[in-house]
Amino acid sequence: MLAAGLGVVFSRSPVNSAMCLVLAFVALAALFITLDAFFIAVIQVLVYAGAVMVLFLFIIMLLDLKSERTRKLNIPACVGGALVIGGFVGLLVKVIASNPAFQATKPALSGPVDDVHAVGMTLFLDFNMPFQIIGVLLLVATVGVVLLSKRQLD
Amino acid sequence: MTPQSAAWFILFTPLVMAVVILFIGKLGKPVSSGLAIAGAAFTCVLSWWLFAGADFVDPVRIEWIDFGKLVGAESPAQFYVPIGLTIDALSKVMLLVVTTIATLVFIYSVGYMATEEGYTRFFAALSLFLFSMLGIVLADNFVMMFIFWELVGVSSFILIGHYFGKDSAAEACKQAFTLNRIGDFGFMLGILVFWFVTGSVIFSEVGSSLGGFDEAPIWLNVAVILVFCGTVGKSAQLPLHVWLPNSMEGPTPVSSLLHAATMVAAGIYMLARIFPIVLAAPIALEVIGWIGALTCFVAGLMAIQQNDIKRILAYSTISQLGYMVLGVAVGPVWGIPMFHLFTHAFFKCLLFLCAGSVIVGMHHKQDIWEMGGLAKKMPITFLAMVIGTLALIGCPFFAGSFSKDLIIEYALGKSMLWYWISAGAVVLTAAYMTRLIVVVFFGAPRTDHARKAQESSLIMTVPLMLLSLAAFGAGYPIIQKQFIPITHPENLAWWAHPVILGFLVLGVVSAILIYRRAGAKDPVSIPAFANRLYIDDFYTWLVRWAQDGTASLLGWVDRWIIEGVGVQFTAKLTWSVGFALRFLQFGNIQAYVFFFGAGVVALIYFLFATT
Amino acid sequence: MAPTLAHYLVVSGLLFTLGMTAVLLRRNILIIFMGLELMLNAANLSLVSFSRFNLSPAGLPAYDAQILVFFIITVAAAEVAVGLAIIVALYRSLQTTHVEDLDTLKF
Repeated sequence: MLAAGLGVVFSRSPVNSAMCLVLAFVALAALFITLDAFFIAVIQVLVYAGAVMVLFLFIIMLLDLKSERTRKLNIPACVGGALVIGGFVGLLVKVIASNPAFQATKPALSGPVDDVHAVGMTLFLDFNMPFQIIGVLLLVATVGVVLLSKRQLD
Repeated sequence: MTPQSAAWFILFTPLVMAVVILFIGKLGKPVSSGLAIAGAAFTCVLSWWLFAGADFVDPVRIEWIDFGKLVGAESPAQFYVPIGLTIDALSKVMLLVVTTIATLVFIYSVGYMATEEGYTRFFAALSLFLFSMLGIVLADNFVMMFIFWELVGVSSFILIGHYFGKDSAAEACKQAFTLNRIGDFGFMLGILVFWFVTGSVIFSEVGSSLGGFDEAPIWLNVAVILVFCGTVGKSAQLPLHVWLPNSMEGPTPVSSLLHAATMVAAGIYMLARIFPIVLAAPIALEVIGWIGALTCFVAGLMAIQQNDIKRILAYSTISQLGYMVLGVAVGPVWGIPMFHLFTHAFFKCLLFLCAGSVIVGMHHKQDIWEMGGLAKKMPITFLAMVIGTLALIGCPFFAGSFSKDLIIEYALGKSMLWYWISAGAVVLTAAYMTRLIVVVFFGAPRTDHARKAQESSLIMTVPLMLLSLAAFGAGYPIIQKQFIPITHPENLAWWAHPVILGFLVLGVVSAILIYRRAGAKDPVSIPAFANRLYIDDFYTWLVRWAQDGTASLLGWVDRWIIEGVGVQFTAKLTWSVGFALRFLQFGNIQAYVFFFGAGVVALIYFLFATT
Repeated sequence: MAPTLAHYLVVSGLLFTLGMTAVLLRRNILIIFMGLELMLNAANLSLVSFSRFNLSPAGLPAYDAQILVFFIITVAAAEVAVGLAIIVALYRSLQTTHVEDLDTLKF
């Protein structure tokens, strides 16, 4: 998955990047399955790899993007960016390594997980309100997209 | 009606009348004056009734301020101020003086103000004044007296500025109030010192707790001198005397009632009220005596060169007040200064009312060099004025001689200098008053107004006649014994009386000789005296200098500090900060992300890596 | 060795870093957008691993975190839709997808 991520970042052609991203999403779904989160894994593949990346590819085709021409590299920006990223990674490793609670292995589950049922119960009973709000959010997003793609804006 | 309720009626009737006059005075002139005269007459009758009765032993009080309930009984911050009335020998006689003279002046004003503007507000203001003055007389504690002291100042302000359209009147009332206020500042400090040391502001309690000063007697002297500052302001002593001549801008009844008989006497009354306290402060007595002596002499000097009939009388008042203040310093009992206050009230009021009569006869002209020969045209006024003058200069058998000579006799006992100064003032008094009589009433009329002068109406001359009787007789021992207790000095030098008499004759004769054939202007001209020793000019310069100085300082502060530092600095600072921050808007998305990421890294570092 | 929570979290962090690299270093808008998606997914991964490693008293994973992942996926989908619509509109007016050409909103 990390290799696929590297591919996303560093490939020249946008289509290659998109393909690598799909690969990364599928690999991530596999990781979810190792974590006994079956429902989430399926959702990940369906929504992300299936819908979001398709949309991305549509747009790439629509805009007919070629490979990125190399422009002059902005050295200070690159250096600064590299510093930030390096700092982040360093801190990440240090913080995680220093916390003993993170060193435990996977605890055993009490039995086979029926996680669709469990997720559904939690969602509709405890988190009903955010669920409704998400619905409204999707509506708003749809309306926004329609508006934004009009040819003549009034 | 009990004596206690009579006392409350005396105090509050004039106030009620003042308010009523303000509301219904529009109905007509007789209504305003009638109400005012009725109020004054009522208080006069009650005062005579109380005079015949006994002194109040128990205090007659309404509780007002009492901090004892707030701070607890042991706290040193006890502050107890009642509204209390005190009726003893001193206040009884003062009540008589104030109410009787007030009633006569009110009646006189009906005639004097008949042709003047502002009739209604005049009588309302007069009633307000009467209320305030009675408050001072009846007060039984410092704070209440101080409040009424200020009220009297306010009434004086209103009355002096009666013709407020005239610039000189507006200036005069402002000056009167301001100078009073300066004196009152000292008065207030004195009250505070007394309260701080003795814990009370009530006169009787302060008088009996003077032991509090035993550790540092200098403070008793300081307190008395501070309280005396109030007298210096209110009774127009040097150096705060300049307002009294200018107060002559007010109508003549005002000059006679306030600035001759009653209000200016309030300062003396207050000292008499705290006489035991004053007697216990020897340094203060020295100060009081010197100021009194100097005032009475210097005012006399200024009077001999004045040309306005009312101003001559004003300086004469200042001079006589100086005698009373001197009396406080030299007398062993309060009766000494109060006796002169008693007689002076009558004859000075008489003199002012006569002057008013003359002014009305001259169609409101006041310069004595425009008068002349009025003796034939205004005989009653002439006679009354002569009686008043004889009383004032201390002619034997007239009231003034009894009281004034008493003070001079006591002065001899205390200090030779004081004796000669006050005796010298006798010469001056005789001189300027004789000058007045000779120039105004004798000789040939100098102007048309003088030729056409006529005697005033009965409503003005009857009070003159009544007051003449008082001016003549009020000093005789038979009468004086009924009112005021005095003592005579022992071991008086044999030459004390003859010297005074000799000075008197010297003054009268020299004035007659100089002014007998005086023409259209004064044959004697001493600019220093005519310009009142330039003290007035000094004050004007001082005020202007202080005012200009303060104004330019404030202008500088406003321009450089408030505007420069405060306003402009803040504005420029905000603008510069905004200008500097503008450069953070690069327009480059990735630059923003870079800063964002750097910030997150720094945050995580400080949160986790340094714990 | 059995994967511990630390391993999963490090992977998630590295994925996040990769996403940030894409945002900082690439100049094509679409690639930057893909980097954003990577970052969101990294967050999802860490959430799911926390869910698995902190069991509820009944012995089951803590499903609250999975609910949150559900919401994140939804919101990310909506965000992609709107974001791509904006990019299309930008391309129509400016004819470029190079991020350094978008510099008019500055001082």
